[in-house]
Amino acid sequence: MLDKVGEDVISLVRPGVVHRRLYDDAAIFELELERIFGSAWIYVGHESQVKEPGDYFCTQLGRKPIVIVRGADRKLHALHNQCAHRGAMVVALDKGNTDEFQCCYHGWTYHLDGRLKAVPLQHGYPADFSTKNPAMSMNSVPRVSSYRGFIFVNQSAEGDDLDSWLGYMTTSLDDMVDRAPEGEIEVAGGVFKHVYNGNWKIYLENLCDAAHPWFTHRSSIDAAQKQNDEVHSDGAGEIAIRQMRQNGAPYSFWESQVGIWTYPNGHSYLGDYHDDKKLVAALNDPVFRDYIAAMEDKKGKKETQRIIEIRRWNSIVYPNLSFMSGFQQLRVIHPLAVDRTLVCTYSFKLRGAPPEMFHNTIRFANIVNGTGSLVLTDDLEIYNRIGLGISSEGAEWLQIGRGYLSDVAGEHGGRRGKNSTSEVYIRNMFDAWLHYMARAASPSPRPQQEPILA
Amino acid sequence: MTGARDTHEAKPQTGRRLQLEECESFLVHEARLLDEGRFDEWLTLFTQDARYWVPSEPDQADPFDTVSLMYDDRRLLETRVRRLSSPRIYSQEPRSRTSRMIGNISIEDDDGAASMLVRSKFVLIEFRRNEQRLFGGTCFHRLIVDEGAIRIALKQVNLVNCDAPLDGLVVPF
Repeated sequence: MLDKVGEDVISLVRPGVVHRRLYDDAAIFELELERIFGSAWIYVGHESQVKEPGDYFCTQLGRKPIVIVRGADRKLHALHNQCAHRGAMVVALDKGNTDEFQCCYHGWTYHLDGRLKAVPLQHGYPADFSTKNPAMSMNSVPRVSSYRGFIFVNQSAEGDDLDSWLGYMTTSLDDMVDRAPEGEIEVAGGVFKHVYNGNWKIYLENLCDAAHPWFTHRSSIDAAQKQNDEVHSDGAGEIAIRQMRQNGAPYSFWESQVGIWTYPNGHSYLGDYHDDKKLVAALNDPVFRDYIAAMEDKKGKKETQRIIEIRRWNSIVYPNLSFMSGFQQLRVIHPLAVDRTLVCTYSFKLRGAPPEMFHNTIRFANIVNGTGSLVLTDDLEIYNRIGLGISSEGAEWLQIGRGYLSDVAGEHGGRRGKNSTSEVYIRNMFDAWLHYMARAASPSPRPQQEPILA
Repeated sequence: MTGARDTHEAKPQTGRRLQLEECESFLVHEARLLDEGRFDEWLTLFTQDARYWVPSEPDQADPFDTVSLMYDDRRLLETRVRRLSSPRIYSQEPRSRTSRMIGNISIEDDDGAASMLVRSKFVLIEFRRNEQRLFGGTCFHRLIVDEGAIRIALKQVNLVNCDAPLDGLVVPF
């Protein structure tokens, strides 16, 4: 059974097109927070950010501030960052270590799992007041689960467990971790925080878009192509300029070498992009040779070869996570308003890899995810311009039909584009979007299909 | 040639310590080049192995273990400046207009002839497409005198809001 708004939103997705209201209507945005961010698994952080009991970090779930903390029992807890007394935000710092959480207003104090520990002036409350009352706690998000260290939370107590919801995308997360010689990765190297005046979906829709670099990034492509490589570099320019030049690969490259794969629940990845002779396959680079040696020492030659040959550029776990498993980069998308989005990007350190490898990761992060990057700033401009343009009633229906009739069935329940310039991954996200937004009928994801026929 | 340019080319002698007033004139000249969009001229102020750095964290130790809002070696700085003159730099369509104020200039250390570290405070207003942004912070210039001209070996810009959520940063600080 669908409510009125539910029926309305379903009519806004048609084969190969979506209505602009999906990016511009505040009522639809509110419904997305409730139905998509309220029932999908949402990535919140990595276990390396909360290694020891009492370690915590703050983030947000949609617009709700939450705190992720490792309890005294070493279990992960996700708590709404809100005092049960008067609603004040309890934890004010981004991260830290603590024995308990204490509200600065009237001193209500909570255990690390959110249970109320003590209240000053307790005698003044009604006779039935009890610190043991579960309603008197920092409320927990119903489900917390992690896959190989990646922590997700779910505001719905029902539905698929994390592993089955991730499906084949676990292999992209595996790739992220498997590249560490000692089998562990950790968040390191700081964070970029970008904001733009546009809808959250725009960001995800650009990440696997192989047709935009040639245009959007033209200024940095041209500038990099003209750069004299004899000029002094400490490594920063070398990596950045190679990446910018790579963006200038001709359409024939994107249409013949690169692929796009999609999977249930809106997930996808762009693969077989360049193998980057410095960062992921730099067999002539001394740092990379040391890395390969460390990998072969821990994992053996055959397994190392298997890992190194995986070439996934960007993976999307819908609706709020994107990561580049070969490059130790991860982005978290936070919808703030229908026309305002925050994206936080993180780097990961591979345990057991040579230290200089991480310096290259940072150099790569600066050019690919940097707020002052010569590349990303043009992407941000696009997001802002979509935000500006989409409020116009000039064009009602927006095109997502590239490759629509040429997509092919893929393995593991997915389908893929005939080549990388297909917008199949956008249509796939809208399949998931429709499922969540009209979810009254069925708790399990709808099977993959071509865009919904009206 | 502008008056500012003339001021800058006051040609201190190699091996001579820079006076505070010379440093100040140099920084004012640099700010003027940036405000006027004369980025090619700005680039000539840097040494051949210069570095330009805008950290992403307060008290960031180095640009190698932590990401930076901008970290350019000479090669990347040249590309950054070349891109700024591209007719297809969409993030500068329309162009930003900026206005910089520099003050509280002090010489932090100098090792005699070779180089000196100059600290300054700045306020930068950037206006673009109906929106005005305000930046401020502390700058460090490692200056040397090369063949009579002052050159920047390192420019480090510590923004007060370096760890804030920000829209794109295109015009150099």
